[in-house]
Amino acid sequence: MTDFVEAIEQGHALQVVMMRIGTETFALGAGMVREIIDPIPTTRVAGARPHLGHVVNVRGNVVPLADIRERFGMPLAAATPDTRFVVIELDLDGDPTLVALVADKVFEVTAVALETRQPAPKIGTSWRPEYIRSIVKSGDDFVIIPDMQAILN
Amino acid sequence: MTDHDPREVFLAEANELLDRLETTLLDLGDRPGDSALIDTAFRALHTIKGSGAMFGFDRVAAFTHDFETAFDLVRRGEVPISADLVNVSLSAKDYIRTLIEDPDSTAPVIGEAILGELERLVGRASAQPKPQPESEAPHPEAASEGWRIGIAFAPEVLRNGTNPLALIDELRDLGPCTVVPRLADLPDLAALDPESLALGWDVTLRGAATREAIEDVFLFVRDDMVLTLAPLDALEPAPEPVPTPAVVAAPVPVPAPERSAATAAATPAAKPEAERRGPARGGEPRAASTMRVEAERLDELLDRVGELVIAQARLSQLAGLHTDGGLHTIAEEIERLSAQLRDTTMSIRMVPIGALFSRFRRLVHDLSGDLGKPVTFVTDGEETELDKTVIERLADPLVHLIRNAIDHGIEDPAHRAASGKDATGRISLAAEHVGAQVLVTVRDDGAGLDVARIRAKAEERGLVASGAVLTDQQVYQFLFAPGFSTAQQISALSGRGVGMDVVKKTIEALRGSIDITTEPGAGTAIVLRLPLTLAIIEGLLIRVGDGRYVLPLSAVEECVELPEGDRSERGRDFLNIRGDLVPFLRLRSLFEATDAPDPYQKVIVVSVGEARFGLVADQILGNHQTVIKSLSKLHADVTTFSGATILGDGTAALIIDPAQLMTGGHISAAPDGLRDYREVA
Repeated sequence: MTDFVEAIEQGHALQVVMMRIGTETFALGAGMVREIIDPIPTTRVAGARPHLGHVVNVRGNVVPLADIRERFGMPLAAATPDTRFVVIELDLDGDPTLVALVADKVFEVTAVALETRQPAPKIGTSWRPEYIRSIVKSGDDFVIIPDMQAILN
Repeated sequence: MTDHDPREVFLAEANELLDRLETTLLDLGDRPGDSALIDTAFRALHTIKGSGAMFGFDRVAAFTHDFETAFDLVRRGEVPISADLVNVSLSAKDYIRTLIEDPDSTAPVIGEAILGELERLVGRASAQPKPQPESEAPHPEAASEGWRIGIAFAPEVLRNGTNPLALIDELRDLGPCTVVPRLADLPDLAALDPESLALGWDVTLRGAATREAIEDVFLFVRDDMVLTLAPLDALEPAPEPVPTPAVVAAPVPVPAPERSAATAAATPAAKPEAERRGPARGGEPRAASTMRVEAERLDELLDRVGELVIAQARLSQLAGLHTDGGLHTIAEEIERLSAQLRDTTMSIRMVPIGALFSRFRRLVHDLSGDLGKPVTFVTDGEETELDKTVIERLADPLVHLIRNAIDHGIEDPAHRAASGKDATGRISLAAEHVGAQVLVTVRDDGAGLDVARIRAKAEERGLVASGAVLTDQQVYQFLFAPGFSTAQQISALSGRGVGMDVVKKTIEALRGSIDITTEPGAGTAIVLRLPLTLAIIEGLLIRVGDGRYVLPLSAVEECVELPEGDRSERGRDFLNIRGDLVPFLRLRSLFEATDAPDPYQKVIVVSVGEARFGLVADQILGNHQTVIKSLSKLHADVTTFSGATILGDGTAALIIDPAQLMTGGHISAAPDGLRDYREVA
């Protein structure tokens, strides 16, 4: 890890939280992740957009619960013992906003090397390109660094 | 106040003084002969000058000095108060405020122009612009050979850190003094309180010191003392009473045995004033009863109390599951305490609306002058208290409404006379508590709204198809459309159609509503209905399907059971409640509830403005202390809910916004027979 720490300091690597959502592995910048909690009771918001259909109480704040599977065309699935809510803080028009994200499994905090970074391929995926900031290689796998602002708005 | 920038303290104090000065000047416009008012204005000026100089606001001090000098002629009765003088004084006051808040934005030439005007009005050369407050104004008495000075402090000045001997030493710097203590009030040694001042002094000062120089020595203790000043040559040979102009306002008459003739003329009216202004000075004994607190700290306190209330609700729910008597006792105790704490915290944030109202006196005064429409301005219910956030946000809407009332509502004096009305218009601003709401009413006695004209304009702008059937009330809705104006001419004040939409937005953001009442020829009343507070409300907890929701209790009128015939969907969704037709909305279909409906559904009748409608829920769960949490920006598209709250079990529940259910088109306003009272929110 020590060479990674150096790489992060020099801007060559990014510290991320790796998680599986649907069929894909996503990497969220560790700086934006506030906490990872076990699933808690949710409240449905009638009339809200499908990916923001619920709110949850996170330490006294009523926070939208985002299920981004819908945005990536993945089927919704029931919670499993591995399901976690990842609470992230986003900057929306200058206001820091808390959002809880449904993750099917949270793996680890790690660093990914940014030199492997590449844009989302134009062919071979049905994902909307603006949702994906870049795709990086981690181990033998490709992981998605999503653009949460674009996905949620 | 301890760790604050002293300049901040000055700014806060100057703000208060300027507000008081404005009120006093406006009062003077109405009651020109009131000498107590003149004294109040003069004292405000003097304090601004003194503290301005002390905190380095030199331009403020210099300007105020000249203003004060001119005003002194008024105070001594040499120049009568006139409407022009009040107007110039008001601009001078505004200039002082600019000098304090943003000195770079204004050129000295403006101040000179104001002073020139003042000087012209008081007709004396005594208001020459001077760069420094210390420069001596040519006082008539300045040439006297000396002064006899009577000094009587309030007993508590020592506790405020005043050192009388140091002040007397300062007097000595002005010229040779003979100081004689007044011992008459000195108690026996046994009864002597070393922290109370029982002494007074009579000082004979020889030399050419000016009155101002002497007054400045006592500048910061003037409110706590009686200072008498008489020229030496005037007092010594003459046994008859001296003319009164030599008296400095004396707030606390002290029973000194050897009061000079001049002391007797101390204005008694000044006393209540001196008591009211207590909190402005940190050192005064009255400061113990009130203190300034930053608004943010109050907000923070309220947040904490909100969290406490939520935690308490969870505790109560948990205690309900156990049979342990001790636990119940504690849970109830905490419930009681947190309810009290909540009420106290809320009451701290409540501010009387009067301070806001008094701001509009100036607006009405200026507008009535600019438009040539004489208007009397009446306020009522100034003591009505509202959450400070609500009051702050009310200022702009009220400015718009009052402007509109004067510009469009009140007719020209000629028109008014022709229709048999008093030529002077009347605007009233009133506030009152009604249940959990506060009604703020702006009423004019003008021409009333012209329904046909509003409608014609709406058709012209394509807001409505011509020939559509609309109630008068629906027509009034157009007044709040952005850019809507029926004014034939755009004036500097209004008519551009900007404003009413802002009024509506602001009031809705405050979870309030607007009613309009109008009568052709007799005037218009605009009623703003506002919640008392923004942070915690009483709510009614209901269940719809498997979801729980909160309705603001202030909107709830009654709950009835849904009649059997209406339990399944059918064409007509309205009820007959004591002869009134009340439309209702099935929350189950609105919220897409999928589980089996409760066999006995309830209708909660809510009112929005003057409209009533029912909401059908599965179950009424009871009252709920609702700490309002705003919904995330990401849910800005969801308008049905005005916020969320956290229930006793820790889950979130959404707060239904009845006004949105109505304007969202789910329910059309009840076609009731209220022809004169129409609802637009």
